[in-house]
Amino acid sequence: MDQAKLSEMLRQRLSDAVVSVEDMKNDDTLVVVDKDSLVSVAEFLKNDRDLGFTTLMNHLGVDYRDRMAVIYNLYSARLRKKVTIKAYLDREKPEAPTLEPLFPGVSWYERETYDLFGIRFIGHGNLKRLLLPEDWEGFPLRKDYVYPESYNGIETKRSDLLDAAGAAGDAHV
Amino acid sequence: MQRALRGMPMSKYSSQEMVLNMGPQHPSTHGVLRFVLQTDGEMMVKAVPDVGFLHRGIEKIAERVPWQAFMPYTDRIDYVASVNCNLGYAAAVERLAGIAVPEKAEYLRVIAAELSRIGSHFIGFGALLLDLGAVTPFVHALRERETFNDLMEMLCGARLTHNYVRIGGVSHDLPPGFREKCLGFVDHLEHEFLEEFNDLISFNTILINRLANVGVIDPETANKYTLTGPNLRGSGVPFDLRRDEPYSVYDRFRFDIPVGTGKFGVPGDCYDRYWVRILEVTESCRIIRQALEQMPGDGGIRTSLPRPFTVPAGEIYVRTESPRGELGYYLISDGGKNPFRVKVRTGSFSAMTIVETISQGVMVADLVAIIGSLDVVAPEIDR
Repeated sequence: MDQAKLSEMLRQRLSDAVVSVEDMKNDDTLVVVDKDSLVSVAEFLKNDRDLGFTTLMNHLGVDYRDRMAVIYNLYSARLRKKVTIKAYLDREKPEAPTLEPLFPGVSWYERETYDLFGIRFIGHGNLKRLLLPEDWEGFPLRKDYVYPESYNGIETKRSDLLDAAGAAGDAHV
Repeated sequence: MQRALRGMPMSKYSSQEMVLNMGPQHPSTHGVLRFVLQTDGEMMVKAVPDVGFLHRGIEKIAERVPWQAFMPYTDRIDYVASVNCNLGYAAAVERLAGIAVPEKAEYLRVIAAELSRIGSHFIGFGALLLDLGAVTPFVHALRERETFNDLMEMLCGARLTHNYVRIGGVSHDLPPGFREKCLGFVDHLEHEFLEEFNDLISFNTILINRLANVGVIDPETANKYTLTGPNLRGSGVPFDLRRDEPYSVYDRFRFDIPVGTGKFGVPGDCYDRYWVRILEVTESCRIIRQALEQMPGDGGIRTSLPRPFTVPAGEIYVRTESPRGELGYYLISDGGKNPFRVKVRTGSFSAMTIVETISQGVMVADLVAIIGSLDVVAPEIDR
């Protein structure tokens, strides 16, 4: 099945559930969905007999400045095709349903997205910070993130090493 | 065995459960990585990985540097196989920006990437054996990796973080004497080293007993937990991006895809994952030999990029086969000089997600075998 045929088919089969179906670079198909139909679209792509997008390749969150998004990359070994599902989220209250029941492996990916973007996944079994310490404040991959001056009393900034060397040299003279 | 233990009536044999801490500094965790073990004597109830000690915020750094300047950072994603990380990033940027790469550069990339894969697998199975208490084979593997280091030093001057691939090509052409030395290396590996190594350790009864039937992952579970690369192939799934979704010039070479068949136990056990890596070294040798043969003698090695270099706005997901599985880059460009967002999907990260599941009901010593056989590298998990 070629790419145009796949996107045409997805457009027909998913007509009400999706916002748009577009071709993407690298033989990929971008399916933009409303966050409320994220689970049902993913379920359809995974369980449909002709499609069989059973492999989750990747998940990421994005901060587009005016809104946020969650993106899931799926792969069908049967069709040898990729599909990218994207759902835009409200930036003020970023929440999305979890895909953990469909793809258990996404658990850590969603934890990472929560950790770095502050996107809450409704229904996730263990939504805790993954990479950062549990008492870290803020979500670093957001575009408006301000670096903290210190963490638990440890300074996160240091003076320019060249300046410091220069000052030491002057003192020596 | 695992299943029998899991079904054991806990009231009869169980004592008080204990929580043990393994790591962050532990020789068998392959980097700074912590496991919280819930044990009942020698039996493990659960092992929960705690990661993030090596989190450097590489994805945030990417948003603050120009497209080309991110290349050295990709070395640090997986320092054991840095060329493969370079290659994935370069391929993603080139496809997003529509940059053509000279044919010769593609061959040079394949040679460097396959050498890197060999070097990485030496660390992979060498460290597994070291964790199990067999120190000598690790030294043998490192001795061979030293030749790989020398070759890469000849090629680009660096021995660990190579930064060899550039957007649009590679940094250096083959130096004089490289071809002969490289061919000698792959001949030595295929005809001498692997045989000696297998006699030394692979068919050793103690090793077989430690690895066979331990940490079995069936193909469905592997797919559910997004396992890729040698870990997936160890479960018997013949999926390799070099063949199934060719990038660079991989479609021009003939090579086989080794899969786990349950050589000494059941398919998908630790031994299969170990054995698949041994077999992949031979396949990489075959690819290198073909690449050296087919490589055009002249032609450029790098496309010159416009200055300032910008990438047209758009999004792309490109995945390549690194020694630890699928290495994917999701790039978003807003048309500017810096990337808008770079997401790096690594094989070790997905391999770690399965540890909690398959560690239930195994012996504490088997956990070491499981982690080693998954060949995780901590900086690749944390990025």
